[in-house]
Amino acid sequence: MGAIAEGLRRVLELDRELWHIVALSLEVSLSAVLIATALGLPLGALLAVKRFAGRRTVIVLLNALMGLPPVVVGLLIYLLLSRAGPLGELGLLFTPGAMVIAQSVLVLPIIAALARQTLEDAWREYEEQLRSLGARELEAAFTLIWDARFSLVTAVLAGLGRAAAEVGAVMIVGGNIDGVTRVMTTAIALETSKGDLPLALGLGFVLIALVLAVNAAAQLIKEAAVRRYG
Amino acid sequence: MSASILPLALENVSYASNGQPIISSVSLAIVAGPSTIILGANGAGKSVLMRLMHGLLAPASGTVSWREKDMGRVRRLQAMVFQRPVMLRRSALANVVYALAVAGVPAGEREAQALAALDEVGLRHLAQRPARVLSGGEQQRLALARAWALHPEVLFLDEPTANLDPGAVREIETVIKAFDAAGTKIVMATHNLGQARRLGDEVIYLQAGRVMERAPIEQFFARPATAEAAAFMKGELPWV
Amino acid sequence: MGVALAAALAGFITVASTTSTEQSGLFKHLLPIFEKKTGIQVRVVAVGTGQALDIGRRGDADVVLVHAKPLEEKFMAEGQGVKRYDVMYNDFVLIGPKSDPAHVQGTKDVAVAFRKIKEAQAPFVSRGDRSGTHFAELKIWRLAGIDIAREKGAWYRDTGQGMGPALNTAAAMNAHILSDRGTWLSFKNRGDLVIAVEGDRRLYNQYGVMLVNPAKHPNVKAKLGQAFIDWLISPEGQDAIASYRINGEQLFFPNAHE
Repeated sequence: MGAIAEGLRRVLELDRELWHIVALSLEVSLSAVLIATALGLPLGALLAVKRFAGRRTVIVLLNALMGLPPVVVGLLIYLLLSRAGPLGELGLLFTPGAMVIAQSVLVLPIIAALARQTLEDAWREYEEQLRSLGARELEAAFTLIWDARFSLVTAVLAGLGRAAAEVGAVMIVGGNIDGVTRVMTTAIALETSKGDLPLALGLGFVLIALVLAVNAAAQLIKEAAVRRYG
Repeated sequence: MSASILPLALENVSYASNGQPIISSVSLAIVAGPSTIILGANGAGKSVLMRLMHGLLAPASGTVSWREKDMGRVRRLQAMVFQRPVMLRRSALANVVYALAVAGVPAGEREAQALAALDEVGLRHLAQRPARVLSGGEQQRLALARAWALHPEVLFLDEPTANLDPGAVREIETVIKAFDAAGTKIVMATHNLGQARRLGDEVIYLQAGRVMERAPIEQFFARPATAEAAAFMKGELPWV
Repeated sequence: MGVALAAALAGFITVASTTSTEQSGLFKHLLPIFEKKTGIQVRVVAVGTGQALDIGRRGDADVVLVHAKPLEEKFMAEGQGVKRYDVMYNDFVLIGPKSDPAHVQGTKDVAVAFRKIKEAQAPFVSRGDRSGTHFAELKIWRLAGIDIAREKGAWYRDTGQGMGPALNTAAAMNAHILSDRGTWLSFKNRGDLVIAVEGDRRLYNQYGVMLVNPAKHPNVKAKLGQAFIDWLISPEGQDAIASYRINGEQLFFPNAHE
């Protein structure tokens, strides 16, 4: 308990440096979740609605990719973005941009796979009616996404949780550069390795508090909207 | 104006699920005019037959063909109301507007047409209410409004009042009668004899996936031609 | 976004260096001085020595600052660096439990101390991560006449970790460990560990800096990178290095012109 109190006190002393780290963490993870949602929801919807050869294999693959180890994703993106790699010209390595890319790759399967499951269940309810009205597959997919939006929030939050919590990917592609690519998780890793456990704990609690706040806000919005729209 | 999409002809249509035959060698024609009741016990295959006709299911063998060969027109000029209404998570009005949008009605005209449809079924005052909080009867009326807005030539109804209380049943039947009077061809599946009598002009009696009898309504009720139909009406449901 | 703006003002360079150097706090002390003078932002990626040189080989850094002379010379021999400069040295210390199970406290000869540890089979934590510190440790085993790869036992723990985590492990196990003085002075989680052996000349740890070869990697910011190197070995830079203290103790000893 003493270590936690000490840690929180140290955290409050950090001021500007801490706010920069927190702001960057939010920026990177929220951007990644935004990208992964924009790509993952339609992907999940199409998988839920369309029937094609090999569909089962794709679904199994997508579910498996939810368990991609962050450090492996980091390594692969690193090799891609390194000057010695195919996308080196972009000069993205060791920048927040690289971190967003890596986290997007990490989070996309989570959002797509969870969306697919939610929307497949919804499709069972809606399919006949939407087909009767003459909606084509693509149209039906987007209608499903909008109608299931409150359930899909959970998928997005799962993605956000994964992005905010991971350290392996952002450490490798970002380099944990002080003031440039240092986020909450890499800062915690650094302070732990320096033996400054109270500070690491303090930062950890700030991170947990942040994620809790986001989830609480999402739940309140969800409940209010369900009251309104049924 | 435009040519009718009817008649609809089923030739030797069969359908099975999991190896079990549900519809066996059904041949019939649906023509414009009299409202047609598909009558039968639960499990007779009424719902599947309705879906085969509407195009939601493809027959395992046999053909389902319309007079109209432009399948786009065929789609647009039919509508179906299901036993359980499926509404989107939006207002009652928005649900009707959605159907009009899917049908390609220009954006500027959708709201007016949707409001008119709600008027027809007496739901105008609930236009802004979220569709999913409406009562069962109101939702089914909304489904009818949605179908009405599309001005279909053929309206399929699959046991539309099976889950409703008597007051709601009356309201729905009133709307269906209005559709009929306006010239829409009604094809309705039901196991409710009273309802069949109130709404139908002719009856197709279905049992175990086969058409046993087809006759004008009064003739069917007065003198059923088959023993099975007679037994059904007496309330002695045949074992399928 | 403020980061991008600052970098746009005069540019930035990427320096690949080691975790022990960063964790000693030297960069936090040095870099603001350099940035204020030149407007050049220095971005340090701190990893193990092997990885730092690897980053240089891939052209992902402009400057490499590490402390493993044989590896640096190999880097130069490969044509990956333009020129190698001595910058500073610090020293390693042998850390051990206060209870001194191998009786090495105060030994002058670190190789002798290592032999005593092996004979006593006292717990010893190794970094095992191709770092400069790791290579220094291996060198001392060799000086002691011990082929550690073949002669190690359960008492020798090869962890594959950076300096901080390895110290954490040693503190938890109450084991011996070779550490750079800087990381030890900043390390807060000491448990019952103290400095057992220090001062042996063979514990001195030389730092070298190299500009990554722009001929091999055209994207390298040669001018800005060289400006940083020139400053490091300049009297001003060398003074800045010497002025860095922890608890009043000097950590790094500039020797660019020895």
